[in-house]
Amino acid sequence: MTDIGFVRTEMLPEQEPPASEVGAIGWMRHNLFSNWFNSALTLLAIYFVFKVLAGLVPWILSPTWNAGSLSECREILHALGREGHYAGACWGVINERWIQLIFGFYPSELYWRPIAAFILLGVALAPVLFSDKVPSKLFAFTALYPFIFPWLLWGGTIWGPLSALLGFVLGWFVYTAVSKAISNLFGIILGVLAALIWWLALSGYFVGAMDSIAAIGIEVVESRKFGGFMLSITIGVVAIACSLPLGIVLALGRQSDLMIVKYLCVGFIEFIRGVPLITLLFVASTLLNLFLPPGTNFDIILRVLIMVTLFSAAYMAEVIRGGLAALPRGQYEGADSLGLNYWQAQRLIIMPQALKISIPGIVSTFIGVFKDTVLVSIIGLLDPLGLSNAIRADANWNGIVWEIYGFIALLFFVFCFSMSRYSMYLERKLQTGHR
Amino acid sequence: MTTLTDPPKEQFRLSMLLYDTRYRSATIQVIALIGFMLLAAWIISNTINNLAALGKPVEFGFFGEPASYDINQRLLEYTSRDTHLRAAFVGLLNTLVVAVLGCVTATILGVIIGVLRLSHNWIVARLMTVYVEMFRNVPVLLWIVFIMAILIETLPAPRAFRGENPEAGMILGDSVAVTNRGVYVPEFLFSNSLGDIHLFGTSSLRFDVSLDLVAFLIVLGGAIWASRWIKHRADHVQEKTGDRPVTWWQRVAVFVVPLGILLYALGFHLGYPELKGFNFKGGTHMRNSLIALWIALSLYTAAFIAEIVRAGIMAISKGQTEAAAALGLRQNRIMNLVILPQALRVIIPPLISNYLNLTKNSSLAIAVGYMDITGTLGGITMNQTGRELECVLLLMLVYLAISLTISAVMNWYNESVKLKER
Repeated sequence: MTDIGFVRTEMLPEQEPPASEVGAIGWMRHNLFSNWFNSALTLLAIYFVFKVLAGLVPWILSPTWNAGSLSECREILHALGREGHYAGACWGVINERWIQLIFGFYPSELYWRPIAAFILLGVALAPVLFSDKVPSKLFAFTALYPFIFPWLLWGGTIWGPLSALLGFVLGWFVYTAVSKAISNLFGIILGVLAALIWWLALSGYFVGAMDSIAAIGIEVVESRKFGGFMLSITIGVVAIACSLPLGIVLALGRQSDLMIVKYLCVGFIEFIRGVPLITLLFVASTLLNLFLPPGTNFDIILRVLIMVTLFSAAYMAEVIRGGLAALPRGQYEGADSLGLNYWQAQRLIIMPQALKISIPGIVSTFIGVFKDTVLVSIIGLLDPLGLSNAIRADANWNGIVWEIYGFIALLFFVFCFSMSRYSMYLERKLQTGHR
Repeated sequence: MTTLTDPPKEQFRLSMLLYDTRYRSATIQVIALIGFMLLAAWIISNTINNLAALGKPVEFGFFGEPASYDINQRLLEYTSRDTHLRAAFVGLLNTLVVAVLGCVTATILGVIIGVLRLSHNWIVARLMTVYVEMFRNVPVLLWIVFIMAILIETLPAPRAFRGENPEAGMILGDSVAVTNRGVYVPEFLFSNSLGDIHLFGTSSLRFDVSLDLVAFLIVLGGAIWASRWIKHRADHVQEKTGDRPVTWWQRVAVFVVPLGILLYALGFHLGYPELKGFNFKGGTHMRNSLIALWIALSLYTAAFIAEIVRAGIMAISKGQTEAAAALGLRQNRIMNLVILPQALRVIIPPLISNYLNLTKNSSLAIAVGYMDITGTLGGITMNQTGRELECVLLLMLVYLAISLTISAVMNWYNESVKLKER
């Protein structure tokens, strides 16, 4: 046995890491000044940020909130000793016109209606958006909401939306009765027929009759009074809501084995995706009335809604097709081997997975559609951008540029940014660990 | 013991069209086709009736009439006495100009921003995130009018360049003037010019092709071919002997020497813009509308391309880099041979759709008065002649043709860089 010279019996105390590797200094060394190139970039970036903030912050912090015109703004800034063209922002214009930028020329005593419509929109969307936190009974309200929304915004007799709703109810009753008595297929055909007959032939008489019995209704607001963000949101919401089901149908059509159906869908999708939205809006403003029976002349906003919906449906179809293509073949075969028919397989197996995969794409299509609603200003609708031109033409505010654009951009940013954050949340929530 | 017998032969019954899966698909297709044709027929007959009621039969004769409006930013010679067809043609070229300019700058910017967003430098990465979110979440039309406003409001007027002590000066060695009426850049002039070829005589589609440009392109093409041949030979030598000959100076020389000789022979010089009276003369005048559209479309699309590039690079697993390093490859070869070919496969398909989007978004030129095809054919021509149906349909066809061409070209490129599997 040899003696072991030395064996340490207790642990040494941990040494502190070198000061240059931890804390703020360490973080900076790693993330900002790791080598000369990074250091140069950092300094450049800091200089840039400083320059931008130094220019922007004093401009934004201008006490001009209560000014009544651009010259008043200039006087206020002059009194503060701030001279020059870019001495400060003139926030008076936002103070005076923000309501107009949001509601357009909607009658001011009726502002509660769009406000109520959009609050109820939140309620109606809650069971869809936050399905785990909200009781699912709210879905009944979501189903009713498409009838409440136009009634609140455009007003008129309550029997109109009720009769539209009755059409669905009638169709459903016919379907259940016939499908029990004869067959499912005849049930669908007769149900749809019954609803169509109701809407096209009978509902006019029904509305007239009920209106003469009990004239319940709210004041009518014409479409040309719509404007501002209310118009953008209306177009965005309707287009988004209608384009999702339409897009699913188109995507299924494009993936289907039925050759003629497939080529019709491909032709439609590629045509719409190949042309800019502005040309479709030209169609809405000039041609759509030509395509319909002589004498038809319906509302410009409705025409725009139709074209924007078709536009976004084509993009939606492509996004969903991507989701369908990403599903492994085994899922389709598994559904077949369980003996499910086409629609059962789609509803229970394929669509839930395909839609989940395509969530990011769907939301970015939504964002795109919402942003594209600005284009309606080119065909003369008074969306925020269209209104901004009207405001700048006002003698008081002639010469205002940045404040209005900044305000509009900020509102769009808030909407779109929160939508993209929501999509990230949804992706995380639906992440089940496999694809 | 049982014997298998053939199933009883069924008589064909009409209900089998619906209930037998063998026939049902045919039934559905026939119904869909009939429905589609009925719809189309209904729309067409409505249109014909409506147009007849308005007294406007569909005809394209108005294209031969004089347009009598001016297009201030153009590539071809055009006067207001030219026809509507000529105006549409000039507009089409304007669309293509801004689309090409935008795609190039958006790609360059997008790649830089996408790479910087992945940088380890905290502040730079955050700045790039701010840039991307800022541009992606605000409508492009708003950016276009906003940048137009910036150009008009903040840049100096041409008169600020006058006098002994001008408030504003030209940049880049007195060659470029940035004013609130547009940017004046030097133009390329040839003192011994070879002249032009006039194509299509005096028709509306006439245009001149500069022979100087043709000669330049031919020599450039030859130089590219020669450079590739030198590389090919160097590869060959390397495979045989293991030593790669030094060829970079040869490859530079085949570009510089012939092009230099050609430009000298043609008497190449720059025509600088000069301040004469109240405005600049000479040089090429790029108007604010073009500049604003170009900048806005590039910045906006760059934000999307940056995200695509970032996703493409992040999609390549770290193992690929490490494996390549383990093989002893150098950093730039790892990038060229391992990372980029794989990242490109992810990047190119969405890049194509962004190029298409940029081209379609260029139709927003109408908001700042840049006369592209939407501004000419779908704007003034349509309003002057009142031929909405013809103009809008033609406009759609033109954009459809551009879109299909771009996607065909880019899909062909995509095929060529795609990883070949099996």
